[in-house]
Amino acid sequence: MNAALSIEGLEVAYRARGREQRVLGGVSFTIPPGGSYGLVGESGCGKSTLALAALGILPRAGRITAGNIRIAGEDLLALDAGALRRLRARQVSMVFQEPARALNPTLTIGRQMAETYEILGVPRAEGEAHAAAMLGRVHIAAASRVMASYPHQLSGGQQQRVLIAMALAKEPALLVLDEPTSGLDATVEAEVLDVIATLRRELGTALLLISHNLGVVERMCERVGVLYAGMLVEEGPTEALFADPRHPYTHGLLRCLPAAGRRKAQGRLETIPGFLPAPGRRITGCVFAKRCRLADARCHKEAPLARDVGEHGGGHFSLCHYAERVADLSRETSVEPSPASDSPAPAKTELEIENLSKTYVTGGAHVRALSGVSIVLGTGETLGLVGESGSGKTTLARLLLGLTAPDAGGSIRLDGTRLEGAASGRSQAARKALQIVFQNPDSALNRAHTVRYLISRALGRLGGFRGVRREQRLRELLAAVRLEPQYLDRRPRQLSGGLKQRVAIARAFAGEPRIVVCDEPTSALDVSVQAAILNLLAELQRERRTSYVFISHDLGVVRYLADRIAVLYLGRLMEFGPAERVFRGPHHPYTEALLSAVPALRAEHARIRLAGEIPSPVDPPSGCVFHTRCPRKLGRICEREEPPLERMADHAIRCHIPRAELPAA
Amino acid sequence: MRSGWGAWFARRISLSLLTLFLLSLVVFAGGQLLPGNVGRTILGPLADARAVAALNHQLGVDRPAIVQYLGWIGGLLHGNMGESLEFRSPVAPFIGAALVKSLKLAAVAFMIVVPLSIGGGVVAALKAGTAIDRTISLAGLSLTIIPEFVSSIVVILLFGIWLRILPISASWPEGAGPLDQLRHLIPPAIPLVVIQFGYIARMARAGTIEALEADYTRTAILKGLPRALVVQRHVLRNALLPTITVIATQTAYLVGGLVVVETLFRYQGIGSLILTAARGKDFPMLEGGILTVGAVYIGATLIADALAVLVNPRLAPEMTG
Repeated sequence: MNAALSIEGLEVAYRARGREQRVLGGVSFTIPPGGSYGLVGESGCGKSTLALAALGILPRAGRITAGNIRIAGEDLLALDAGALRRLRARQVSMVFQEPARALNPTLTIGRQMAETYEILGVPRAEGEAHAAAMLGRVHIAAASRVMASYPHQLSGGQQQRVLIAMALAKEPALLVLDEPTSGLDATVEAEVLDVIATLRRELGTALLLISHNLGVVERMCERVGVLYAGMLVEEGPTEALFADPRHPYTHGLLRCLPAAGRRKAQGRLETIPGFLPAPGRRITGCVFAKRCRLADARCHKEAPLARDVGEHGGGHFSLCHYAERVADLSRETSVEPSPASDSPAPAKTELEIENLSKTYVTGGAHVRALSGVSIVLGTGETLGLVGESGSGKTTLARLLLGLTAPDAGGSIRLDGTRLEGAASGRSQAARKALQIVFQNPDSALNRAHTVRYLISRALGRLGGFRGVRREQRLRELLAAVRLEPQYLDRRPRQLSGGLKQRVAIARAFAGEPRIVVCDEPTSALDVSVQAAILNLLAELQRERRTSYVFISHDLGVVRYLADRIAVLYLGRLMEFGPAERVFRGPHHPYTEALLSAVPALRAEHARIRLAGEIPSPVDPPSGCVFHTRCPRKLGRICEREEPPLERMADHAIRCHIPRAELPAA
Repeated sequence: MRSGWGAWFARRISLSLLTLFLLSLVVFAGGQLLPGNVGRTILGPLADARAVAALNHQLGVDRPAIVQYLGWIGGLLHGNMGESLEFRSPVAPFIGAALVKSLKLAAVAFMIVVPLSIGGGVVAALKAGTAIDRTISLAGLSLTIIPEFVSSIVVILLFGIWLRILPISASWPEGAGPLDQLRHLIPPAIPLVVIQFGYIARMARAGTIEALEADYTRTAILKGLPRALVVQRHVLRNALLPTITVIATQTAYLVGGLVVVETLFRYQGIGSLILTAARGKDFPMLEGGILTVGAVYIGATLIADALAVLVNPRLAPEMTG
């Protein structure tokens, strides 16, 4: 039988400003029928280019300069347009990152699904029946209603499942997934991955999965390839590669992740210094040498050849002269034995939120986005806000910043002083005290201005600094966020994602804020850059005693930075307490489900599957709002009575189950 | 479904009425600023000043402006658009006849320019970067900047005087049949097509290129659909949304903004009617004419928005209940 995908010596170049820049430099690998292969690496390493090339849909500027690609035995580069269409209609499918954009907004789901069958010559009625059955297989309950819907009427998770159903409908030999779950909630991600894994096995489809999330790749793939600067630097069986990496780059990537249980008090996260080489640069020697801790003169001169380094067979290849010495780079950073106390030392209270609610009125319906939330946060502490989309995290952040006013009856106190609901009613000092860092620095920074202008303006407006004094503060702030002065005259588009986020952080800190709201500040960044930004945030906090309200769907990241954690569900506070206690338990069944959904590296745990998606806040469930999805529901009491937020010391849980019987990690 | 649409239309219609009311105020105020004297215009420069004053009094134009306006709008609410000061007879038949003529000319121009420019724009997009694309784009751009009076004169000279295949006046003789009318309408339609082609084609091209690069188009290609089907079903539907709105605005211009073309081709459309009324300070005629054009404009926009909603379900009015 032919391999599902076989790539040999693939080279791809992009034409930019009249010159050809090589982005893939001779990549070879094979996926056997029904096999699964993961491709990891930082953004810009060529992962997506490889996928696009494999399906013959490179953008116009891109060109395959050497090598060949075979899908189910057919030589992709030798096919004419008609044969290529037939190959796509039957043998290969692809699912991309943003499901909302991959569906045609003007056609119903049913119509778009039917096309897949139409092209195979299946009669219309039969095609619709197949489509409905396929939707059932990706766990979409009301298939007929979904088929009559337009894409915008579905949630992100449903859209992605529709696309997966569409991709697998033809029972292809190969399914290519490019970051299929980035942008989805952890619980939804877990379910989508489950669906893919099950269906793929049933249909015998081979998988090429591209992801920057190493946890996702480990869960889904038998083999992994690590791509760096267009070269496959390491390849091998997933387990062996993650447990015993044989390339310094892989080793570095694995060490950037906040390892399970690691906290900011226990020291900095590892990072990979330096940057990817610019595309098209001719590199003599090893592509990774400049950033490598093992590199010596030989690495800069002589390009290494791929060689089998596996001790147990199975084909573990590394592109490193010193693959044997990688193991010497100690796997785990020595954890300083800091006595991580359960309850952080009682700090001075910085922020006190009491009984905060927010109701939106849309089309005559009242939507309770936040309902009676009370939280306290100490000076220099981090509050982690956790929950799925629609849980009220963003609403809480907006209320804090005064972007919307809360319902009457609640209050926000900063250092004992009550804040007005709307920012326009707050004093200059109060507005200065609360700042935000957004997820996407691209849209948060004005592209027309230089870094100098962006930060200086914030210093003038928020800090009230002028002239020489401002220049001096600018230098200090720049040093604080570890930005070289050479970047002052650059504009945002000339900076990488990590550098842009540093500028955004500098701007937020310009007015010496008391509290900074961080809204998913690292979720658009690569793991190595994420580690550097998390280190920076932790350092700034230590130096300046700034408090953070940290929103993230990545619980590993939250655990690293947070001192206290608030778990929100449908606008209600389900659990609130010191981070370690919330993680270790006993915790709320919802917290348990969130924790178990995280695709952690080498974590052996049974996952808890939450049924369906978060209900509509227009019509929340009676009693405990979580009872419709709770795997530990007691019975009628959960449907009838909303449990109180029961406090025990500084750890509060809203559940009918007695504390002693609640789950623990 | 129905209640959503009902509420949507009710809101849009009431907003339209408000717009028309504001428009009538602006036109009235503007009319007051126009120089000239109605009685003098009618009686001529040699008439006795007392006779002019008497006529003005008889016409009611010596009353305070606000009284005149209230009188006029009161009549309008009873379905009476008033009497022309100049012709001393109701304005409605004048406006009706002019509107019919304008609509005929606009329809001819519309039938030519819409398929031509959308087709041109889509072809340019599908062949983006090639010589075909550059030719269409450049031609569109160059044609747009030719003023109407220049292209009108070229058309008259070329087809009417040298080649003698088309009439030089757009006004057809009494009792002319539809085909004969059409033959008379083609010459004035040509300058309109020339001026609008580039604009609409450019919108269609931009929309198509955006849709071609969209992720959903990539999804369709990867389904293995033939290219023609991808373009027809996935690209065009999304590509032409912005173009629909542009066409609506342009249609309103075709109906009400053709003073130059109507004058050059001696065609009694609503543009030249408004011009005459403004010259003679014939207030009821002026108000009636401009409000009619305003109503056409609003109607065209309303149709375009309704079409856009039909094509794009995301814009559908929120369903209640």
